[in-house]
Amino acid sequence: MKASHAKAIEVTDLTVAYQETPVLWDIDLDVPPGVLLAIVGPNGAGKTTLIKAILGLVRPAAGNVLIYNKPYEAQRRIVGYVPQRGSVDWDFPTNVLDVVMMGRYGSLGWIRRPGKRDRALAMQALEKVGMENYTTRQISQLSGGQQQRVFLARALVQDATIYLMDEPFQGVDATTERAIVTLLQELRENGKTVVVVHHDLQTVTDYFDWVTLLNIRRIASGPVEDTFTSDNLRETYGGRIAFIKNR
Amino acid sequence: MIQEYYDIIFTTLIAIVTASACALPGVFLVLRRMTLMSDAISHAILPGIVLAFFLTHNVSSPLLILAAAGTGVLTVVFVELLQKTKLVKEDAAIGLTFPALFSIGVILIARFASNVHLDTDAVLLGEIGYATLNHLEIFGYKLGPVSLYVMGGMLVLNLAFILTFYKELKLATFDVSLAATLGFAPTLIHYGLMTLVSMTTVGAFDAVGSILVVALIAGPPVTAYLMTDSLTRMLIYSVVIGCVNAVVGYWLAYITNVSIAGAIASVTLLVFALIFMIVPNRGLIAIARRHIRQKWEFAQTMLVIHLSNHEGLPEAQTESEIAHLHEHLRWEPTFASRVVKYALNNRYVSQEAAQLMLTDRGRAIAQKALVQ
Repeated sequence: MKASHAKAIEVTDLTVAYQETPVLWDIDLDVPPGVLLAIVGPNGAGKTTLIKAILGLVRPAAGNVLIYNKPYEAQRRIVGYVPQRGSVDWDFPTNVLDVVMMGRYGSLGWIRRPGKRDRALAMQALEKVGMENYTTRQISQLSGGQQQRVFLARALVQDATIYLMDEPFQGVDATTERAIVTLLQELRENGKTVVVVHHDLQTVTDYFDWVTLLNIRRIASGPVEDTFTSDNLRETYGGRIAFIKNR
Repeated sequence: MIQEYYDIIFTTLIAIVTASACALPGVFLVLRRMTLMSDAISHAILPGIVLAFFLTHNVSSPLLILAAAGTGVLTVVFVELLQKTKLVKEDAAIGLTFPALFSIGVILIARFASNVHLDTDAVLLGEIGYATLNHLEIFGYKLGPVSLYVMGGMLVLNLAFILTFYKELKLATFDVSLAATLGFAPTLIHYGLMTLVSMTTVGAFDAVGSILVVALIAGPPVTAYLMTDSLTRMLIYSVVIGCVNAVVGYWLAYITNVSIAGAIASVTLLVFALIFMIVPNRGLIAIARRHIRQKWEFAQTMLVIHLSNHEGLPEAQTESEIAHLHEHLRWEPTFASRVVKYALNNRYVSQEAAQLMLTDRGRAIAQKALVQ
């Protein structure tokens, strides 16, 4: 592994267990800055848990996570999080602009209310995801793809350095998927680090430049061309994978 | 006579203040799907109140409110601990916890306090009619009923909490994990809210008792939820609906001489049912009307597509004959003629002799429907 003094995310010896069942076993993972990284692995591999552990949402049984050499609590401001779309109640009485503004709450801190500037930033983010005409739309009236775009916009207004996204392509149409990919690649070109929990093995080589193969243990992690090999895939998915298009 | 007007005015005021104080935190309970928890809290705080009463021998002591708040939070903790074992689901955990605590309270009252004001009837049903008997007196001046001050204080406290932490409450309710990653301590907010719910509940005991306090906490917010897509408006509507329910309920009870708490709860249900029926877009009536309209529009689209498919072809003549349309489409003749009338009214088709012809509008609709 290349030695790099400025790792965007550094996970060392991370073990997470629910009751006594390990969900992640002794994970070591270095994410260099400026990569677009896919975390792939079968169902129950611990992909979401890994992201949640990086964000301090689940308490590890052992191990440590550093964001640019500091614990997450000291780096909240530079980390943007896009949870799974299904994790919230879309019948909540609020509209699109309001949800995107929630991304500003972190920089506002306690008690202070969002103002004109936050509204303007939220509008910009909505334009970036092509949802500027939906600002006053009630969120329950959005399609799955539109909901996902709103979540992305909410992360964009945080103006973070690192983005962690849990299955942003889940249940979205082809147009939205292309729009999201373009957006992620733009983020990387602007020097951001983007970590994405991903399901579709067919698109890994097209969309991402870095990949982590996970199945409770970390199987492999590195640039897609060296790491996304049929040997590693077989080890990750066991015998269950029938055929993967491979270079 | 003057005493009677005095009582009516003050009871009305107490009803308004109590309803508002309950509706505010109720909004967040409803959105967090925790209305059952408010039911649990309202029952489970009883042992706290009884124990505090044994210490103070005073039913209107502020210690009662604090003790109730403590027991209320304890109830939430118990329920969540049971839930965390993953052996018991939330509803079952609530069902286990609150009867246990409530029954302890009932036994304590029956055994040690059966001859004082704190009787089980008052606890279960409350009696807002007596709330005006107990006056706040300072230096011999009567300053109005104590309940009014207690609930007024709770209203101010709830309002201050929600105004101050509006943004945090909204985020923690809509997206707990984002609230946590941004550092907004959702657990703290959760318990803050639960403390207020517990304190409000015991304050409302005097007015409506432990059973019907849920009607004040949950009723107005679920009604308001049907009426708006904005959290701010939901809060305002809840307070207004709560006040209307309480005042109308109290006056009905006064006129017909029935239980005030029962009347308020009944009015709450009636108002909910009314809004449920008539609210635009998502009310029962609106849904039924939409279904009917959709049925006719779909039939009309089928008709238009049928005409457009055969338009300009040799068989067009027979396919568009009004008298035989129902045979081609296999519709009931009466239904077919109503659909034709509907489409004629909308000018999607026009009638030329015995033939039905597509208009430009109709052709456009057919094309649009087929493209989708």
